[in-house]
Amino acid sequence: MRKFTQSMFFSVFWLTGIAAVLVMLSVAGYVVVKGFSRITPDFFTTSPRGGLSGEGGILSTIITTVYLVLLTLAVATPLGVGAGIYLVEYADQSRSPLAARITSAARFGVETLAGVPSIIFGLFGYALFVTALKLGFSLASASLAGACLIIPVIIRTTEEALKSVPDSYREGSLALGASRWETVWKVVLPPAFPGITTGIVLGAGRIVSETAIFFVTLGGSYRTPSSLMSGGRSMALHVYYLAMETRAFDKAMATAAVLVVLVVVMNLSINMISRRISRNAR
Amino acid sequence: MDQIRLKTLDYSLFYGEFRALNRINLEIPSNRITAFIGPSGCGKSTLLRSFNRMNELIPGVRTEGSVQLDGGDIFREDVVSLRKRVGMVFQKPNPFPKSIFDNVAYGPRIHGVRNRSRLAEIAEESLSRAALWDEVKDQLHKSAMALSGGQQQRLCIARAIAVKPEVILMDEPASALDPVATVKIEELMNSLKKNYTIVIVTHNMQQAARVSDFTAFLLTDENRAGNVIEFGPTDRIFTSPTDRRTEDYITGRFG
Ligand SMILES: Nc1ncnc2c1ncn2[C@@H]1O[C@H](COP(=O)(O)OP(=O)(O)OP(=O)(O)O)[C@@H](O)[C@H]1O
Ligand SMILES: [Mg+2]
Repeated sequence: MRKFTQSMFFSVFWLTGIAAVLVMLSVAGYVVVKGFSRITPDFFTTSPRGGLSGEGGILSTIITTVYLVLLTLAVATPLGVGAGIYLVEYADQSRSPLAARITSAARFGVETLAGVPSIIFGLFGYALFVTALKLGFSLASASLAGACLIIPVIIRTTEEALKSVPDSYREGSLALGASRWETVWKVVLPPAFPGITTGIVLGAGRIVSETAIFFVTLGGSYRTPSSLMSGGRSMALHVYYLAMETRAFDKAMATAAVLVVLVVVMNLSINMISRRISRNAR
Repeated sequence: MDQIRLKTLDYSLFYGEFRALNRINLEIPSNRITAFIGPSGCGKSTLLRSFNRMNELIPGVRTEGSVQLDGGDIFREDVVSLRKRVGMVFQKPNPFPKSIFDNVAYGPRIHGVRNRSRLAEIAEESLSRAALWDEVKDQLHKSAMALSGGQQQRLCIARAIAVKPEVILMDEPASALDPVATVKIEELMNSLKKNYTIVIVTHNMQQAARVSDFTAFLLTDENRAGNVIEFGPTDRIFTSPTDRRTEDYITGRFG
Protein backbone atom coordinates (compact mmCIF):
# COMPACT_ATOMS: atom_id res chain seq x y z
CA MET A 1 0.00 0.00 0.00
CA ARG A 2 2.78 2.40 0.97
CA LYS A 3 4.55 1.51 -2.23
CA PHE A 4 1.44 2.28 -4.22
CA THR A 5 0.94 5.68 -2.59
CA GLN A 6 4.54 6.49 -3.18
CA SER A 7 4.47 5.58 -6.84
CA MET A 8 1.22 7.47 -7.26
CA PHE A 9 2.77 10.64 -5.82
CA PHE A 10 5.87 10.16 -7.91
CA SER A 11 3.77 9.92 -11.07
CA VAL A 12 1.93 13.12 -10.12
CA PHE A 13 5.23 14.91 -9.58
CA TRP A 14 6.52 13.56 -12.85
CA LEU A 15 3.44 14.71 -14.73
CA THR A 16 3.65 18.16 -13.16
CA GLY A 17 7.28 18.39 -14.13
CA ILE A 18 6.60 17.28 -17.67
CA ALA A 19 3.67 19.69 -17.92
CA ALA A 20 5.86 22.58 -16.78
CA VAL A 21 8.49 21.73 -19.35
CA LEU A 22 5.85 21.38 -22.06
CA VAL A 23 4.25 24.72 -21.22
CA MET A 24 7.62 26.43 -21.25
CA LEU A 25 8.61 24.81 -24.52
CA SER A 26 5.35 25.65 -26.21
CA VAL A 27 5.37 29.28 -25.08
CA ALA A 28 8.99 29.74 -26.10
CA GLY A 29 8.47 27.66 -29.23
CA TYR A 30 5.36 29.58 -30.27
CA VAL A 31 7.05 32.91 -29.82
CA VAL A 32 10.26 31.85 -31.48
CA VAL A 33 8.59 30.14 -34.46
CA LYS A 34 6.07 32.92 -34.99
CA GLY A 35 8.65 35.60 -34.38
CA PHE A 36 11.57 34.31 -36.34
CA SER A 37 9.63 34.09 -39.57
CA ARG A 38 9.42 37.92 -39.49
CA ILE A 39 13.07 38.49 -38.77
CA THR A 40 15.24 39.86 -41.56
CA PRO A 41 18.72 41.36 -41.29
CA ASP A 42 17.09 44.81 -41.52
CA PHE A 43 15.26 44.07 -38.34
CA PHE A 44 18.50 44.32 -36.37
CA THR A 45 20.09 47.14 -38.30
CA THR A 46 17.30 49.71 -38.41
CA SER A 47 15.55 51.54 -35.63
CA PRO A 48 11.79 51.80 -35.12
CA ARG A 49 10.25 54.65 -37.07
CA GLY A 50 6.97 54.79 -35.18
CA GLY A 51 3.56 54.94 -36.73
CA LEU A 52 0.53 52.75 -36.38
CA SER A 53 2.07 50.03 -38.50
CA GLY A 54 5.19 49.90 -36.29
CA GLU A 55 7.69 50.47 -39.05
CA GLY A 56 11.42 49.80 -38.71
CA GLY A 57 13.53 47.34 -36.78
CA ILE A 58 14.76 47.19 -33.22
CA LEU A 59 18.29 48.59 -33.34
CA SER A 60 17.73 51.50 -30.96
CA THR A 61 15.92 49.27 -28.48
CA ILE A 62 18.85 46.85 -28.44
CA ILE A 63 21.21 49.74 -27.78
CA THR A 64 18.94 51.10 -25.07
CA THR A 65 18.74 47.68 -23.43
CA VAL A 66 22.52 47.34 -23.40
CA TYR A 67 22.93 50.84 -21.91
CA LEU A 68 20.28 50.12 -19.35
CA VAL A 69 21.83 46.82 -18.26
CA LEU A 70 25.33 48.26 -18.05
CA LEU A 71 24.26 51.37 -16.15
CA THR A 72 22.10 49.41 -13.75
CA LEU A 73 24.87 46.94 -13.03
CA ALA A 74 27.36 49.76 -12.59
CA VAL A 75 25.19 51.06 -9.75
CA ALA A 76 23.87 47.79 -8.34
CA THR A 77 26.98 45.59 -8.40
CA PRO A 78 29.24 47.58 -6.06
CA LEU A 79 26.36 48.36 -3.70
CA GLY A 80 24.87 44.86 -3.69
CA VAL A 81 28.14 42.95 -3.48
CA GLY A 82 29.46 45.42 -0.92
CA ALA A 83 26.37 45.05 1.25
CA GLY A 84 26.51 41.24 1.01
CA ILE A 85 30.17 41.24 2.03
CA TYR A 86 29.46 43.62 4.86
CA LEU A 87 26.60 41.51 6.19
CA VAL A 88 28.42 38.16 6.12
CA GLU A 89 32.02 39.10 6.78
CA TYR A 90 31.70 42.03 9.15
CA ALA A 91 28.26 42.41 10.70
CA ASP A 92 27.83 38.69 11.47
CA GLN A 93 31.25 38.61 13.13
CA SER A 94 30.60 41.63 15.29
CA ARG A 95 30.16 41.21 19.02
CA SER A 96 27.74 44.08 19.54
CA PRO A 97 24.08 43.13 20.08
CA LEU A 98 23.02 46.41 18.48
CA ALA A 99 24.86 45.50 15.28
CA ALA A 100 23.17 42.10 15.36
CA ARG A 101 19.75 43.74 15.61
CA ILE A 102 20.48 46.17 12.78
CA THR A 103 21.71 43.33 10.56
CA SER A 104 18.68 41.20 11.14
CA ALA A 105 16.47 44.20 10.31
CA ALA A 106 18.52 44.76 7.14
CA ARG A 107 18.16 41.09 6.19
CA PHE A 108 14.41 41.26 6.72
CA GLY A 109 14.30 44.32 4.48
CA VAL A 110 16.30 42.59 1.76
CA GLU A 111 14.09 39.48 1.88
CA THR A 112 10.96 41.60 1.64
CA LEU A 113 12.25 43.80 -1.17
CA ALA A 114 13.25 40.75 -3.18
CA GLY A 115 9.58 39.73 -3.22
CA VAL A 116 8.04 43.14 -4.00
CA PRO A 117 6.42 43.41 -7.47
CA SER A 118 8.53 45.42 -9.84
CA ILE A 119 5.85 48.03 -10.50
CA ILE A 120 6.25 49.16 -6.87
CA PHE A 121 9.90 49.87 -7.59
CA GLY A 122 8.70 51.66 -10.71
CA LEU A 123 6.36 53.93 -8.75
CA PHE A 124 9.07 54.55 -6.18
CA GLY A 125 11.53 55.36 -8.96
CA TYR A 126 8.98 57.63 -10.60
CA ALA A 127 8.32 59.54 -7.38
CA LEU A 128 11.97 59.83 -6.37
CA PHE A 129 14.11 59.96 -9.49
CA VAL A 130 11.73 61.16 -12.21
CA THR A 131 9.87 63.82 -10.20
CA ALA A 132 11.58 64.72 -6.93
CA LEU A 133 15.14 64.61 -8.27
CA LYS A 134 13.91 65.98 -11.61
CA LEU A 135 15.75 63.38 -13.68
CA GLY A 136 12.68 62.97 -15.88
CA PHE A 137 12.04 59.89 -18.01
CA SER A 138 15.65 58.99 -18.62
CA LEU A 139 18.32 56.31 -18.57
CA ALA A 140 19.44 57.83 -15.27
CA SER A 141 16.04 57.39 -13.60
CA ALA A 142 15.52 53.96 -15.10
CA SER A 143 18.89 52.56 -14.14
CA LEU A 144 18.59 53.89 -10.60
CA ALA A 145 15.13 52.34 -10.24
CA GLY A 146 16.41 49.14 -11.86
CA ALA A 147 19.31 49.07 -9.41
CA CYS A 148 16.83 49.26 -6.50
CA LEU A 149 15.06 46.27 -8.02
CA ILE A 150 18.09 44.03 -8.40
CA ILE A 151 20.22 45.07 -5.43
CA PRO A 152 18.29 42.70 -3.11
CA VAL A 153 18.89 39.84 -5.56
CA ILE A 154 22.60 40.61 -5.71
CA ILE A 155 22.86 40.96 -1.94
CA ARG A 156 21.21 37.60 -1.40
CA THR A 157 23.29 35.67 -3.92
CA THR A 158 26.45 37.34 -2.61
CA GLU A 159 25.54 36.29 0.93
CA GLU A 160 24.88 32.71 -0.18
CA ALA A 161 28.15 32.58 -2.09
CA LEU A 162 30.14 33.88 0.88
CA LYS A 163 28.44 31.54 3.34
CA SER A 164 29.39 28.56 1.20
CA VAL A 165 33.10 29.37 1.73
CA PRO A 166 34.24 27.25 4.70
CA ASP A 167 35.21 29.12 7.88
CA SER A 168 38.41 27.12 8.03
CA TYR A 169 39.75 29.28 5.16
CA ARG A 170 39.03 32.43 7.13
CA GLU A 171 40.63 31.01 10.28
CA GLY A 172 43.69 29.88 8.35
CA SER A 173 44.17 33.34 6.93
CA LEU A 174 43.55 35.24 10.16
CA ALA A 175 45.92 32.92 12.02
CA LEU A 176 48.68 33.98 9.63
CA GLY A 177 48.21 37.57 10.72
CA ALA A 178 46.02 38.71 7.83
CA SER A 179 43.48 41.41 8.57
CA ARG A 180 39.80 40.78 7.99
CA TRP A 181 39.90 42.82 4.83
CA GLU A 182 42.88 40.89 3.43
CA THR A 183 41.17 37.64 4.33
CA VAL A 184 37.98 38.58 2.51
CA TRP A 185 39.77 39.95 -0.49
CA LYS A 186 42.38 37.24 -1.01
CA VAL A 187 40.86 34.08 0.44
CA VAL A 188 37.08 34.34 0.63
CA LEU A 189 36.16 36.24 -2.54
CA PRO A 190 37.98 34.07 -5.11
CA PRO A 191 36.01 30.88 -4.37
CA ALA A 192 32.82 32.94 -3.94
CA PHE A 193 33.32 34.73 -7.24
CA PRO A 194 31.32 32.35 -9.49
CA GLY A 195 28.35 32.50 -7.11
CA ILE A 196 28.45 36.28 -7.00
CA THR A 197 28.65 36.39 -10.79
CA THR A 198 25.53 34.24 -10.95
CA GLY A 199 23.70 36.88 -8.90
CA ILE A 200 24.86 39.64 -11.21
CA VAL A 201 23.77 37.75 -14.32
CA LEU A 202 20.39 37.03 -12.70
CA GLY A 203 20.05 40.75 -12.05
CA ALA A 204 20.96 41.56 -15.64
CA GLY A 205 18.30 39.07 -16.80
CA ARG A 206 15.76 40.84 -14.65
CA ILE A 207 16.60 44.19 -16.27
CA VAL A 208 16.33 42.73 -19.76
CA SER A 209 12.91 41.26 -19.11
CA GLU A 210 11.20 43.87 -16.89
CA THR A 211 8.59 46.15 -18.43
CA ALA A 212 6.45 47.83 -15.80
CA ILE A 213 9.29 49.47 -13.88
CA PHE A 214 10.75 51.04 -17.03
CA PHE A 215 7.37 52.10 -18.36
CA VAL A 216 7.24 54.69 -15.57
CA THR A 217 10.93 55.64 -15.47
CA LEU A 218 12.38 55.28 -18.96
CA GLY A 219 9.45 56.66 -20.94
CA GLY A 220 9.00 55.21 -24.39
CA SER A 221 10.94 57.20 -26.93
CA TYR A 222 12.13 54.89 -29.68
CA ARG A 223 15.13 57.04 -30.54
CA THR A 224 18.64 55.98 -29.53
CA PRO A 225 19.45 57.71 -26.23
CA SER A 226 22.19 60.32 -26.58
CA SER A 227 22.90 60.90 -22.90
CA LEU A 228 22.08 59.75 -19.39
CA MET A 229 19.21 62.20 -19.41
CA SER A 230 17.54 60.83 -22.57
CA GLY A 231 14.57 58.58 -22.30
CA GLY A 232 14.36 55.42 -24.34
CA ARG A 233 12.76 52.09 -24.95
CA SER A 234 14.21 48.74 -23.95
CA MET A 235 13.37 45.65 -25.99
CA ALA A 236 10.81 44.43 -23.49
CA LEU A 237 9.14 47.85 -23.48
CA HIS A 238 9.17 47.83 -27.25
CA VAL A 239 7.24 44.56 -27.28
CA TYR A 240 4.67 46.19 -25.04
CA TYR A 241 4.38 49.32 -27.18
CA LEU A 242 4.18 47.37 -30.41
CA ALA A 243 1.48 45.13 -29.05
CA MET A 244 -0.59 47.87 -27.43
CA GLU A 245 -0.16 50.87 -29.71
CA THR A 246 0.45 49.54 -33.20
CA ARG A 247 -0.99 46.98 -35.50
CA ALA A 248 2.41 45.34 -35.91
CA PHE A 249 1.72 42.32 -33.75
CA ASP A 250 4.09 40.22 -35.83
CA LYS A 251 6.93 42.61 -34.99
CA ALA A 252 6.07 42.37 -31.32
CA MET A 253 6.41 38.61 -31.74
CA ALA A 254 9.72 38.95 -33.52
CA THR A 255 11.12 41.21 -30.81
CA ALA A 256 9.80 38.83 -28.20
CA ALA A 257 11.57 35.95 -29.94
CA VAL A 258 14.88 37.80 -29.76
CA LEU A 259 14.22 38.47 -26.07
CA VAL A 260 13.42 34.82 -25.39
CA VAL A 261 16.65 33.69 -27.02
CA LEU A 262 18.59 36.29 -25.05
CA VAL A 263 17.08 35.19 -21.73
CA VAL A 264 17.72 31.51 -22.52
CA VAL A 265 21.34 32.31 -23.31
CA MET A 266 21.70 34.17 -20.02
CA ASN A 267 20.22 31.27 -18.07
CA LEU A 268 22.52 28.82 -19.80
CA SER A 269 25.48 30.94 -18.81
CA ILE A 270 24.27 30.86 -15.19
CA ASN A 271 24.07 27.06 -15.39
CA MET A 272 27.58 26.96 -16.73
CA ILE A 273 28.83 29.14 -13.91
CA SER A 274 27.15 27.05 -11.23
CA ARG A 275 28.55 23.85 -12.74
CA ARG A 276 31.96 25.46 -12.41
CA ILE A 277 31.22 26.19 -8.76
CA SER A 278 30.32 22.62 -7.90
CA ARG A 279 33.37 21.38 -9.74
CA ASN A 280 35.61 23.73 -7.73
CA ALA A 281 33.94 22.75 -4.48
CA ARG A 282 35.07 19.15 -4.89
CA MET B 1 67.27 25.47 32.78
CA ASP B 2 65.05 26.18 29.80
CA GLN B 3 64.18 29.65 28.69
CA ILE B 4 60.46 30.45 29.04
CA ARG B 5 58.69 31.47 25.85
CA LEU B 6 55.01 31.58 26.81
CA LYS B 7 53.62 32.21 30.23
CA THR B 8 50.11 32.51 31.61
CA LEU B 9 49.38 34.26 34.91
CA ASP B 10 46.09 33.51 36.64
CA TYR B 11 44.60 33.39 33.18
CA SER B 12 40.84 32.75 32.91
CA LEU B 13 38.62 32.76 29.85
CA PHE B 14 34.85 33.14 29.69
CA TYR B 15 32.44 32.26 26.88
CA GLY B 16 29.74 34.73 27.93
CA GLU B 17 29.01 33.81 31.53
CA PHE B 18 30.63 30.40 31.29
CA ARG B 19 34.14 30.11 32.70
CA ALA B 20 35.95 27.71 30.37
CA LEU B 21 39.44 28.23 31.81
CA ASN B 22 40.08 28.80 35.50
CA ARG B 23 43.20 30.66 36.64
CA ILE B 24 45.73 28.92 34.47
CA ASN B 25 49.40 29.28 35.44
CA LEU B 26 51.79 27.73 32.95
CA GLU B 27 55.32 28.32 31.75
CA ILE B 28 56.02 26.92 28.31
CA PRO B 29 59.73 26.51 27.55
CA SER B 30 61.45 27.61 24.37
CA ASN B 31 62.43 25.12 21.68
CA ARG B 32 60.56 22.29 23.31
CA ILE B 33 57.36 20.47 22.50
CA THR B 34 54.67 20.95 25.10
CA ALA B 35 51.55 18.77 24.95
CA PHE B 36 48.13 19.56 26.40
CA ILE B 37 46.21 16.44 27.31
CA GLY B 38 42.89 15.87 29.03
CA PRO B 39 39.37 14.64 28.43
CA SER B 40 37.12 16.19 25.80
CA GLY B 41 35.76 19.62 26.74
CA CYS B 42 38.40 20.40 29.37
CA GLY B 43 39.57 23.50 27.51
CA LYS B 44 42.71 22.35 25.67
CA SER B 45 41.75 24.05 22.40
CA THR B 46 40.55 27.14 24.22
CA LEU B 47 43.88 27.44 26.02
CA LEU B 48 45.85 26.82 22.83
CA ARG B 49 43.85 29.40 20.91
CA SER B 50 44.54 31.93 23.64
CA PHE B 51 48.17 32.15 22.65
CA ASN B 52 47.39 33.70 19.25
CA ARG B 53 44.18 35.34 20.41
CA MET B 54 42.00 33.33 18.03
CA ASN B 55 39.30 33.16 20.72
CA GLU B 56 38.68 36.85 20.14
CA LEU B 57 36.87 35.98 16.93
CA ILE B 58 34.09 34.39 18.99
CA PRO B 59 31.42 36.85 20.17
CA GLY B 60 31.12 37.18 23.94
CA VAL B 61 34.60 35.97 24.88
CA ARG B 62 36.25 37.72 27.84
CA THR B 63 39.53 37.07 29.64
CA GLU B 64 41.14 37.77 32.99
CA GLY B 65 44.77 37.56 34.03
CA SER B 66 47.56 37.73 31.53
CA VAL B 67 49.40 35.80 28.86
CA GLN B 68 52.98 36.70 28.03
CA LEU B 69 55.15 36.00 25.04
CA ASP B 70 58.84 36.58 25.76
CA GLY B 71 57.80 38.58 28.79
CA GLY B 72 55.43 40.94 26.91
CA ASP B 73 51.68 40.98 27.44
CA ILE B 74 50.07 39.57 24.27
CA PHE B 75 46.88 41.56 24.81
CA ARG B 76 48.84 44.79 24.50
CA GLU B 77 50.51 43.66 21.31
CA ASP B 78 49.03 44.32 17.89
CA VAL B 79 47.14 41.16 16.97
CA VAL B 80 48.62 41.04 13.45
CA SER B 81 52.19 41.04 14.74
CA LEU B 82 51.27 38.57 17.48
CA ARG B 83 49.89 36.10 14.93
CA LYS B 84 52.99 36.55 12.86
CA ARG B 85 55.02 35.43 15.87
CA VAL B 86 52.62 32.68 16.93
CA GLY B 87 51.54 30.45 14.05
CA MET B 88 48.80 27.86 14.10
CA VAL B 89 48.04 24.51 12.47
CA PHE B 90 44.47 23.28 12.65
CA GLN B 91 42.93 19.88 13.28
CA LYS B 92 41.59 19.53 9.77
CA PRO B 93 44.09 20.49 7.07
CA ASN B 94 42.84 23.78 5.67
CA PRO B 95 44.92 24.79 2.66
CA PHE B 96 43.48 27.65 0.63
CA PRO B 97 42.03 26.71 -2.76
CA LYS B 98 45.11 28.13 -4.44
CA SER B 99 48.33 26.68 -5.80
CA ILE B 100 50.87 25.08 -3.46
CA PHE B 101 53.18 28.02 -4.03
CA ASP B 102 50.49 30.62 -3.34
CA ASN B 103 49.59 28.86 -0.10
CA VAL B 104 53.12 29.10 1.23
CA ALA B 105 53.63 32.61 -0.15
CA TYR B 106 50.36 33.86 1.34
CA GLY B 107 51.75 34.85 4.74
CA PRO B 108 54.95 36.51 3.49
CA ARG B 109 52.93 38.45 0.90
CA ILE B 110 50.52 39.66 3.58
CA HIS B 111 53.51 40.84 5.56
CA GLY B 112 54.94 42.77 2.64
CA VAL B 113 57.34 40.48 0.74
CA ARG B 114 56.85 41.29 -2.96
CA ASN B 115 60.07 40.14 -4.58
CA ARG B 116 59.43 36.97 -6.58
CA SER B 117 62.80 35.35 -6.08
CA ARG B 118 62.64 36.09 -2.35
CA LEU B 119 59.19 34.45 -2.23
CA ALA B 120 60.52 31.43 -4.11
CA GLU B 121 63.35 31.15 -1.60
CA ILE B 122 60.96 31.33 1.33
CA ALA B 123 58.69 28.73 -0.28
CA GLU B 124 61.55 26.29 -0.83
CA GLU B 125 62.89 26.76 2.66
CA SER B 126 59.50 26.39 4.34
CA LEU B 127 58.48 23.38 2.28
CA SER B 128 61.82 21.73 2.99
CA ARG B 129 61.45 22.28 6.71
CA ALA B 130 57.96 20.84 6.51
CA ALA B 131 59.41 17.76 4.76
CA LEU B 132 57.26 18.35 1.69
CA TRP B 133 59.68 19.93 -0.77
CA ASP B 134 60.81 16.74 -2.48
CA GLU B 135 57.24 15.64 -3.07
CA VAL B 136 55.99 18.91 -4.56
CA LYS B 137 58.96 20.75 -6.02
CA ASP B 138 57.92 19.92 -9.59
CA GLN B 139 54.28 20.90 -9.13
CA LEU B 140 54.34 24.09 -7.13
CA HIS B 141 51.66 25.56 -9.33
CA LYS B 142 49.25 22.69 -8.90
CA SER B 143 46.23 23.24 -6.68
CA ALA B 144 46.84 22.45 -3.02
CA MET B 145 43.45 20.75 -2.95
CA ALA B 146 44.87 17.93 -5.08
CA LEU B 147 47.33 16.87 -2.34
CA SER B 148 46.64 14.01 0.08
CA GLY B 149 45.47 14.83 3.61
CA GLY B 150 48.92 14.26 5.10
CA GLN B 151 50.55 16.38 2.42
CA GLN B 152 47.96 19.10 2.96
CA GLN B 153 48.73 19.15 6.68
CA ARG B 154 52.46 19.45 6.00
CA LEU B 155 51.63 22.24 3.55
CA CYS B 156 49.74 24.00 6.33
CA ILE B 157 52.81 23.62 8.54
CA ALA B 158 54.97 25.06 5.74
CA ARG B 159 52.49 27.91 5.37
CA ALA B 160 52.79 28.66 9.09
CA ILE B 161 56.60 28.42 9.01
CA ALA B 162 56.83 30.80 6.05
CA VAL B 163 56.08 33.85 8.20
CA LYS B 164 58.97 32.91 10.53
CA PRO B 165 57.02 32.46 13.76
CA GLU B 166 58.63 31.78 17.13
CA VAL B 167 55.84 29.51 18.29
CA ILE B 168 53.72 26.98 16.39
CA LEU B 169 50.42 25.93 17.91
CA MET B 170 48.95 22.64 16.73
CA ASP B 171 45.45 21.48 17.64
CA GLU B 172 45.32 17.71 17.13
CA PRO B 173 47.31 18.09 13.91
CA ALA B 174 47.32 14.39 13.11
CA SER B 175 43.85 13.34 14.18
CA ALA B 176 42.46 13.52 10.65
CA LEU B 177 45.38 11.55 9.18
CA ASP B 178 46.27 7.89 8.68
CA PRO B 179 49.06 6.26 10.75
CA VAL B 180 51.76 6.71 8.12
CA ALA B 181 51.01 10.39 7.71
CA THR B 182 50.84 10.72 11.50
CA VAL B 183 54.34 9.34 11.91
CA LYS B 184 55.55 11.86 9.33
CA ILE B 185 54.00 14.74 11.22
CA GLU B 186 55.49 13.52 14.50
CA GLU B 187 58.98 13.24 12.99
CA LEU B 188 58.49 16.68 11.54
CA MET B 189 57.63 18.17 14.94
CA ASN B 190 60.81 16.71 16.35
CA SER B 191 62.93 18.30 13.67
CA LEU B 192 61.11 21.63 14.05
CA LYS B 193 61.76 22.12 17.72
CA LYS B 194 65.34 23.20 17.03
CA ASN B 195 63.94 26.43 15.64
CA TYR B 196 60.48 26.76 17.10
CA THR B 197 58.57 26.38 20.31
CA ILE B 198 55.76 23.91 19.70
CA VAL B 199 52.55 23.53 21.65
CA ILE B 200 50.33 20.64 20.67
CA VAL B 201 46.90 19.41 21.76
CA THR B 202 46.44 15.69 21.49
CA HIS B 203 43.97 13.04 22.51
CA ASN B 204 46.47 10.33 21.90
CA MET B 205 48.47 9.41 25.04
CA GLN B 206 51.12 7.51 23.09
CA GLN B 207 51.57 10.49 20.83
CA ALA B 208 52.01 12.84 23.78
CA ALA B 209 54.51 10.44 25.35
CA ARG B 210 56.38 9.99 22.05
CA VAL B 211 56.76 13.54 20.88
CA SER B 212 56.51 15.94 23.78
CA ASP B 213 59.10 17.15 26.26
CA PHE B 214 56.57 18.68 28.64
CA THR B 215 52.98 17.78 29.35
CA ALA B 216 50.13 19.72 30.90
CA PHE B 217 47.13 17.74 32.09
CA LEU B 218 43.85 19.64 32.13
CA LEU B 219 40.60 18.65 33.75
CA THR B 220 37.28 20.33 34.43
CA ASP B 221 36.29 21.13 38.00
CA GLU B 222 32.78 20.88 39.48
CA ASN B 223 31.74 24.03 37.56
CA ARG B 224 32.94 22.55 34.24
CA ALA B 225 35.79 25.09 34.17
CA GLY B 226 39.13 23.83 32.84
CA ASN B 227 42.07 23.71 35.27
CA VAL B 228 45.66 22.65 34.86
CA ILE B 229 46.03 19.73 37.25
CA GLU B 230 49.62 18.95 36.64
CA PHE B 231 52.46 20.26 34.50
CA GLY B 232 55.99 18.96 34.12
CA PRO B 233 58.45 17.00 32.03
CA THR B 234 56.63 14.36 30.02
CA ASP B 235 58.71 11.47 31.43
CA ARG B 236 57.77 12.39 34.95
CA ILE B 237 54.08 12.99 34.19
CA PHE B 238 53.83 9.59 32.53
CA THR B 239 55.95 7.59 34.98
CA SER B 240 55.31 9.18 38.35
CA PRO B 241 52.44 11.67 38.31
CA THR B 242 51.97 13.42 41.61
CA ASP B 243 48.23 13.89 41.25
CA ARG B 244 45.91 10.92 41.53
CA ARG B 245 43.66 12.26 38.73
CA THR B 246 46.57 12.48 36.29
CA GLU B 247 47.45 8.89 36.99
CA ASP B 248 43.85 7.78 36.53
CA TYR B 249 43.66 9.60 33.20
CA ILE B 250 46.87 8.33 31.67
CA THR B 251 46.24 4.78 32.78
CA GLY B 252 42.85 5.09 31.10
CA ARG B 253 40.61 4.95 34.14
CA PHE B 254 38.55 7.90 32.95
CA GLY B 255 38.29 10.44 30.16
N1 LIG C 1 32.60 28.96 20.80
C1 LIG C 1 32.24 28.52 22.02
N2 LIG C 1 31.20 29.08 22.65
C2 LIG C 1 30.82 28.63 23.89
N3 LIG C 1 31.43 27.65 24.55
C3 LIG C 1 32.48 27.05 23.97
C4 LIG C 1 32.94 27.46 22.66
N4 LIG C 1 34.00 26.68 22.33
C5 LIG C 1 34.19 25.83 23.37
N5 LIG C 1 33.28 26.05 24.35
C6 LIG C 1 33.20 25.34 25.63
O1 LIG C 1 34.40 25.49 26.32
C7 LIG C 1 34.80 24.28 26.94
C8 LIG C 1 36.17 23.89 26.44
O2 LIG C 1 36.12 23.63 25.05
P1 LIG C 1 37.41 23.24 24.22
O3 LIG C 1 37.01 23.16 22.80
O4 LIG C 1 38.51 24.15 24.57
O5 LIG C 1 37.72 21.78 24.79
P2 LIG C 1 38.79 20.71 24.31
O6 LIG C 1 39.53 20.30 25.53
O7 LIG C 1 39.57 21.23 23.17
O8 LIG C 1 37.85 19.53 23.85
P3 LIG C 1 38.10 18.45 22.68
O9 LIG C 1 39.13 17.53 23.23
O10 LIG C 1 36.79 17.81 22.52
O11 LIG C 1 38.57 19.19 21.49
C9 LIG C 1 33.72 23.25 26.58
O12 LIG C 1 32.84 23.17 27.69
C10 LIG C 1 33.04 23.84 25.40
O13 LIG C 1 31.68 23.47 25.38
MG1 LIG D 1 39.72 20.70 21.06
